Amino acid sequence: MKCSFKDGVIDSIPIVIGFVPIAMTFGILAKNADITMFHCILFSVLVFAGASQFIALNLILLGAGIGEIVLTTFLVNFRHFLMSASLTTKITKDMKKWSPFIAFGITDEVFSVASFKKGTLTKQYIISLELLAYSAWVSGTVLGYLVGGILPKIIKASMGIALYAMFVAILIPEAKKSIKPIILAGLSGIINSICIYFLTLPQGWSIVISIVLTSFIGLFLFKEEEEAVYE
Amino acid sequence: MNNQILLILGMMLVTYIPRLLPFIMASEKKLPVKLNKFLQFIPYTALGALIIPEVFSAIPEMPLASLLGIGFSFVYGWYKGGIIIPVLGSILVSFLTLLMYNSFVF
Repeated sequence: MKCSFKDGVIDSIPIVIGFVPIAMTFGILAKNADITMFHCILFSVLVFAGASQFIALNLILLGAGIGEIVLTTFLVNFRHFLMSASLTTKITKDMKKWSPFIAFGITDEVFSVASFKKGTLTKQYIISLELLAYSAWVSGTVLGYLVGGILPKIIKASMGIALYAMFVAILIPEAKKSIKPIILAGLSGIINSICIYFLTLPQGWSIVISIVLTSFIGLFLFKEEEEAVYE
Repeated sequence: MNNQILLILGMMLVTYIPRLLPFIMASEKKLPVKLNKFLQFIPYTALGALIIPEVFSAIPEMPLASLLGIGFSFVYGWYKGGIIIPVLGSILVSFLTLLMYNSFVF
């Protein structure tokens, strides 16, 4: 079964729900930080990476230099290198030409949805998924900047759960099928928690270490299995 | 401010290049089995690290609201599956939890 354009649109819905309030918050905070609307939108249009955009705002307010902010951004977003690498194992020939566009849109959320999608990934699927996520991110930023606190705080606070709920909902059906996802995800979460609470690593590295270390441990834990994870 | 344009362009490059590199490096040749397996573990290990421990502070104002919201997604996902309903339901559960606590300052 090939994933169609329509599948991409449907699968983008939870991402859109999660992105809009976060992007709005970014718009509001950027405005409060005295960043012009043009620059604020440019952040979301060109960088398209939530966590690092918030960190950049903080660092700007703290008076950090460009070099420091760019380096932090690199560290925070480096996990996407691993995600892109993983996604290339599902890439088909007809997607190759579009990879510069596809690569631009690899966020945690797009990666999670796309890599657990059953069937053959197509460029129509990935591009529609990314385009909608991207539109939500950019328009949420504009909306936040323009109308600020239009969403009551309690609604925005509860919407903060959306993307985590999506990650959990993606993982659960896998966990029902076999123990492997539970072990891999659980171990990775434990390692990530240890890194965050006990080691003082530069921001972003805990997640990279958790992914690399746990995937590596997985090679030893699930040695005997012959078949691939994906059909 | 030209400085900010420079900053944004810098951030774009260090974000985009790591996202793009694997696509450029990917070849038609079959990957070594071990590397292929390693890459196919990443969706699981990435999700684990994305969820834990941050999920417990997803709603910093009230961790209980995060917990109950995620609990809904977990239980509904387990019995019925799907993504959109777990997401919408989690928001609703968190919202109601927040609403019930008057001490929450708006």
